[in-house]
Order: sequence, then C-alpha cells, then structure tokens
Amino acid sequence: MELDKIQDKNLLMGEPNQVVFSEILQELAAADSSIIAVTSDSRGSGKLVPFGDNYPKQIVEVGIAEQNLVGVAAGLASAGKKAFAVSPACFLSARALEQIKNDVAYSDNPVTLVGISAGVSYGALGTTHHSLHDYAALRAINNIIIVAPADNFETEQAVRLAAQSNKPIYMRLGKKAMPFLNVADTSFEFGKGRVVRKGRVLTFIASGETVYPAWLAAKKLEEDKGIRSTVISMHTIKPLDTQLLESIAAGGQPIITVEEHMVNGGLGEACAAHLFQKGYKNPFRIVGIPDEYTVTGSQMEIFQHYGISEEGLYNLGLEMLTKNS
Amino acid sequence: MTNKEIKLKSVVLRRNILKYIYKAKAGHTGGSLSCIDILNVLYNKVLNVDPKDFRNPDRDRYIQSKGHCVEALFVTLADRGFFPESDLETLCNYQSHYIGHPTKKVHGVEQNTGALGHGLSICVGEAVAAKLDNKKHRVFTLLGDGELPEGSNWEAFLSASHYKLDNLYAILDNNKQQITGNNKEVMNTDSIRDKLEAFGWAVKEVDGHNLEQLEEVLNNGPLEKGKPNFIIAHTTKGKGISYMEGVLKWHHGVPSEEQYLLAQSELNEAEALIH
Repeated sequence: MELDKIQDKNLLMGEPNQVVFSEILQELAAADSSIIAVTSDSRGSGKLVPFGDNYPKQIVEVGIAEQNLVGVAAGLASAGKKAFAVSPACFLSARALEQIKNDVAYSDNPVTLVGISAGVSYGALGTTHHSLHDYAALRAINNIIIVAPADNFETEQAVRLAAQSNKPIYMRLGKKAMPFLNVADTSFEFGKGRVVRKGRVLTFIASGETVYPAWLAAKKLEEDKGIRSTVISMHTIKPLDTQLLESIAAGGQPIITVEEHMVNGGLGEACAAHLFQKGYKNPFRIVGIPDEYTVTGSQMEIFQHYGISEEGLYNLGLEMLTKNS
Repeated sequence: MTNKEIKLKSVVLRRNILKYIYKAKAGHTGGSLSCIDILNVLYNKVLNVDPKDFRNPDRDRYIQSKGHCVEALFVTLADRGFFPESDLETLCNYQSHYIGHPTKKVHGVEQNTGALGHGLSICVGEAVAAKLDNKKHRVFTLLGDGELPEGSNWEAFLSASHYKLDNLYAILDNNKQQITGNNKEVMNTDSIRDKLEAFGWAVKEVDGHNLEQLEEVLNNGPLEKGKPNFIIAHTTKGKGISYMEGVLKWHHGVPSEEQYLLAQSELNEAEALIH
C-alpha cells in the first residue's frame, strides 16, 4: 500500500500523532504539576510509559474501567487539575458516553478526552476496536470540542491548546506515523480549518489521518491532469469552521469530504447540513465508512476498500469534475 | 447549633420539601424524606462550606449521586443561605434553574448529577486530587440503594480503596425501596456491608434518622486510616409522614391538598414534641 510507504520527497516523515501527544504532554507536565494523565490500563498504547516513570504523581491509573476513567477525570478537573483521560477511542467514546455527556460536558469540567488508536487504527481487530461513531455521538452533545489533528504539527498545537483550555475537549488520534503536510500557515486554533493545499476547481475537506490521502489525490490530480484542488484539514469537527466552508462553497466548485468515520453523522454530514441550509448547491460527496459491516483488514486496506485513498479520491475528483463540466 | 435546634431543622426541612413538591406538582418525595436528616447533619454539622466563598478550593465537597432527591438538597442549601428560599417557588418551572436534578447553575451545587452511578467516580477524582495536593478537606457523596447495581459504582469502589482514599465518605441512603418495589426483589443488594469490606472499604452502619449518630460517624473519621469510608444509613422512605413511610407510591408521589395538609399537621405535631 502506498500509504504504508510514505516516500514523497516533498514531505517530511513524522511520528504517529499519539506519540507526539505523549511527548508534548510530558514536556508540559514537567513544567506544570497540575497536568494529570488518567489511564485505563492504556499507558502502553497511549505511549505514556515514560510519562508514568518520570512523573508518577501525575498519572492516575484506574484499570480497565472507562466509565470510572471519565468520572475520575471529571473530579480531578473539578478540583483544578488539567486532566487528560487517555483510552482507545472505541471504548472511551462508547462505553463512557454517559460520563462524557454528564460529568464532563454538562457539568463543564474541562477534561481533555484523548481517544487513541482511533477510527480503524486497530483495523484487523474488528468492529469492537473501531471508533466510527465518535464524531456522530459527540456532535450530539453540547459543550465539547471535537478535534482530529492531521499531522504532528496539528497534534502538538492541539495538545498545547488543550492544556490551556477551560473547556471539555475530545481529541482523536491515530497510531500510524504521519507525514508533515507542508503548509506555510503555522497558525492553529480550534474551530479554524487549515488550507493545506490551495487550488480552485475542486475541494477536499478532510479530517485526521484522511487529510494525507486527500493531499496525495490532489497532488496526483495536479501532476497528471493539471487540476489544482484545495485540501482543507478540518481538524475541528465541532465547532465547525463554517466561515471557511462557505468561502469554499461560494465558488460553486465540487466538494468532497473525507473522514475515517461512518458516513452517518460525521464531518461530511456536518458540512452538508450547514451548506444546504445556507442555500449552497455545490456538487457534494461524502467519503467515509459506509453503514455496513466494516470490511476486515488493516487500516490501509480498509481505507483502500472504501476509496479513502489517493486512487479512490483521485478517481472521484475526476468523476465529479467531468459530470459538472 | 444545639441538638434541639438541629432536630427542629429536620422538621422545617421536611416541611419545605413537601411545600415545594406540592407546589411544583412533581418531585421525589419518599427519597427526599429518607435522606433529609443526612443532609441536615452534613450541611449544619459536618461540611466546611461557606455560601459566601463557595468556590474556596479547601472546602469540603458534597456531590449527590442520587440526584433525583434534589428537593432535599435544594431546601437544605436554601436554609444554609446559598440562595433565598423563595427561589424554590420556581421549582420545575419553565427556564428555572431549580429543576428535577442538581445543576451547577444553582449556587452551592458541586456537580450536575441525575443519571445514577456517576457521583462516586467524580468524588474519587476529587479525593485523589486532594491527596495529591496534601489538602485536608473531605469529599462526601450520597448514594441511593437503588443505584447500587450500576456497574460504574463498582469501578469506583475498586479505585477508591486502591488509592486509599480515607478522605472519601460514601453515605448510603439505605431506604430499601426503589421505583419498582423492594430492593431485595428488584435487585438484591443484601450483605452490602460484606461486599464493601471485601472491596477494601471501612464500613459503619448507623440509623440514618438519628442526628447524633450521623454527626458522630461523619465528624470522627476516617473509620480506618487508609480506607475509604462507607456509611450505611438505615432509613425509611417517606420518613416523618405516617401515610408515606414505606409506601412505594410515594417514590415520586405528589400529595393532594388533603394529604398535604395532613402531612403539615403531622410535622406541626413533631415540632411541638421537640419543643
């Protein structure tokens, strides 16, 4: 698979975003003793073993008990700690959903919920270990920011911002090494999408680890066909950057959304709902995991199967431009 | 506050619970009456909280896990000066903050609760934070016996003893009934004392309507150094109103005018006896 061998000479290879999360959190914890990592037997997968070794008083282990993980994190946050509750996204966002809704969001306790190995990162482990519902579930909950950084830069910025935030946050991270997307713009704030490739005739709006395949498709469209397309890293799913969305839609160009999430209730539907209500009629397609038993395989095989890939998005881009020419 | 004064307060608080449930035509009557003596002792004899400085980080915490008995909490907070009692005239009204479960929009409420099985985990987080910071304040929660089957409680029980949270007090309002019937028949939580001791908690049983016993156990903790405290308060649902005591329909029954007047006259008699 091409994504398994990122060799683009234009891009610098980075680390998995969840590794960057753990490194930045450790750096912040060294200077701020109020930062507490709360784990559910997840310090290994969360890359927090060094954190626990170096700052044993700043890690609270609750064992495999996600409901308690979130409740305890809410209590710590209420007591003034900067609590980062770290657990695989599949369990964190489903098993502990009521704790997220009530103890974190409704009670406004500023916990950062860190969903690791998100989406289909645990591809071959099956649906029990996939989180393809988390955007949808959490979008329907008031008072929580949903953020899915695309690369190491966005991850670092998101972790730093989360440590300063007084609002509940859900941060969704994958376990695959990601390339740095070359972007001149080094600003980052929650709720503001980043244009990682600038074009005119077509726009990909992607989040998390799907920004990279969208970027590759855009590059191939330009190299093969001379078609320049825009790629947006819509790292914040909620609140959505509707201003950027409308500025893109205003030109009438086709829009393709891409996400490592079920097509129901995710980024694509969020964008579509906003644009439709504002009267935009752009050609619009949502690429994600369909509402079916998810195909088995690695993350990359699942991506390829559902067209969340350079080839799939390239072909879809061409198809939309042909239809609408 | 003298023994007589606090006993009289229990009557006043019961009167207010019924007054505002009657007015709102809604509320958890039986459970509010079973836990009100516990709340009276907590807020008037135990908790270090100040309505004028409520967010003081060194305050004791009280998080009501059995959030549906909010009427007991609201009348106690009002009596303690957190807000004017007249605010409760709006209980359950459109746009009122005084709703059917605790919310932080009401001055004095620590956390938004109401879904069962949530309070204890939050208290574990609060108690861990206090230990980390070497703070001396204590953390209290009130659990309903009907909410014990919630699995999250048992996750929290484990973690509280793991972290040796002797600054944590879980008080069980053991009124032995829930909406469907007797706990014993709905989901048997018998031998709760053995279960909690096996989970590493120090356990003490008291009469949950005996104000002296409650004060004694809550002010002389921890029961055992290094262990979280589990206080089984044996109570009666609907306590204080003869026709409500132990009668299931008063779980969230609202009295008719006749019943309301009868209840108030019973409370007047109780008050006269204390005098």
